[in-house]
Amino acid sequence: MSSPSTTVGTGSPVVKWVLRLVVVAYLFLLLVWPTWFLVKNTFANGMTGIQEALADPDVVHALQLTAQIAVASVVINTVFGVGISLLLVRQRFIGRRALSVLIDLPLSVSPVVVGLALVLVYNGQFGWFGPWLEAHGLQVVFAMPGMILATCFVILPLVVREVVPVLEELGEDQEQAARSLGANAWQTFWRITLPGIRWAVVYGVVLSLARALGEFGAVKVVAGNVGGETQVATVLVQQKYQGFEQDTAYSVSFMLVLAAVLCLVVVALLRPKEGKK
Amino acid sequence: MATAAAVADGRPARWRRSASSGSLTAGSSLGLGVAMIWFSLLVLIPLSAIVVKAAGGGWSTFEHVLASEQTRSALQLTVVSSLAVTALNMVMGTTIAWMLVRDRFRGMGLLDLLIDIPFAMPTIVVGLVLLSLYGPDSPIGVEIQNTRWAVLLAMAFVTLPFIVRTVQPVLEELDTDAEDAAASLGASRFTTFRRVILPALVPAIFAGAALSFARGISEYGSLLLISGNLPGRTEVVSVRLFSFLEGGNLAAAAAVATVMLVIALLAIVTLDVVQRRVARRV
Repeated sequence: MSSPSTTVGTGSPVVKWVLRLVVVAYLFLLLVWPTWFLVKNTFANGMTGIQEALADPDVVHALQLTAQIAVASVVINTVFGVGISLLLVRQRFIGRRALSVLIDLPLSVSPVVVGLALVLVYNGQFGWFGPWLEAHGLQVVFAMPGMILATCFVILPLVVREVVPVLEELGEDQEQAARSLGANAWQTFWRITLPGIRWAVVYGVVLSLARALGEFGAVKVVAGNVGGETQVATVLVQQKYQGFEQDTAYSVSFMLVLAAVLCLVVVALLRPKEGKK
Repeated sequence: MATAAAVADGRPARWRRSASSGSLTAGSSLGLGVAMIWFSLLVLIPLSAIVVKAAGGGWSTFEHVLASEQTRSALQLTVVSSLAVTALNMVMGTTIAWMLVRDRFRGMGLLDLLIDIPFAMPTIVVGLVLLSLYGPDSPIGVEIQNTRWAVLLAMAFVTLPFIVRTVQPVLEELDTDAEDAAASLGASRFTTFRRVILPALVPAIFAGAALSFARGISEYGSLLLISGNLPGRTEVVSVRLFSFLEGGNLAAAAAVATVMLVIALLAIVTLDVVQRRVARRV
């Protein structure tokens, strides 16, 4: 990176200040001011808004359900993400390139399409696998497994996108050295590869967590959305907002945004650490 | 990811030939198998189910669905709005990335953090948050709820990070020598930007634009509260799809979803082609 004094790029002071003004105004009107209203509305009556929201058993249940789904899908996705990254970078197989493109697909698929896709396959009555699974005691759609699947679908690329570039960068020399000294695949992964990619994995996990907590459309389609049973926090926000319980909607939204922002702060604090290394 | 794949393809051949990765060991074959089964059950089979369901009715399903004035106008609104927002992002995203890399001022770190907020904020909350400034009780008197402006606003919010985050790293890598040379040869700042910097950024801008467009097309949650979902006016295609789903008309839902998937795939392919060009040029 260059110091500002040497770059022509920053332009004349006038251009610089105009650019600053435009960017700050844009972000303020689009992002900061609206978000500030969320905080203001939540704490309009001090802590009572949050306290009242937390006194509602449906709210507590929805938050717990969201947390459970998020943790379960992030764990599954992390194992899958690290595994698939290793395969994509370290192995050569037919369809590798296609796979690396397909992994990104969930980023461009509408959440409602995700929901529809899962319903068509896992619905208990007419899905491709649903009736068989239900006959064997596993209800997917309108139950927890469906919501976890939907969340996994949405966050699928996040870990892979973080880990693959770092694995590329790392190269294979150390792993080969370890192997030639007699380490088995597991030892090589645990002692050499994982320490090298650990920050990338942490970013991936934190980003997936933020995203999983806030997933709305896909989960809404596959969940039953019965309050206190299969309703997640984001769907509860919609229901409360439209049901004229706006204070509750603001409080729950605030908690969700707070969790997401905390995730981002963790990532921001971790990033420079790796840069310096 | 696409960047990574492109980089992988361009890397030196000696790595490719390294002994250990030539063929799959038993362990990695097992891993690949498990990963592929999971990926298929989660993504490939369900997405194919949409196409199969839509194709099950033959062309007539598509014709029937697309003949509906309401669906066509939802598709049109979604595509046009996404394009407009993507064009806006190409300008604003590049400008913001520029500031984050080349400018130095207090609060830079905070600004950098802000850019990621739209990515992490739950979409339903985005709608709710925008409504408090641009809704019926707007403190600044700008009320755009239930208008097409609301669709643009919500899309601009959720797609904000994409171009910033693809352009930023390229700009950081960019050598200032060429700029200095151009300036010392008498090029004006604008000429330097247009002839030296912009060409280097164009691939990244387009890659980000593809992501931004795809996200705009597929947006659902943030539009729900603020756009009013008026049929033929402010209803986007995801909302249309959801009402087909709720009404139990799965064939129509699948047909609309297929159209959306095709548009998304086109965006991904464009992204990948652009990324590969970048890798080749570097």
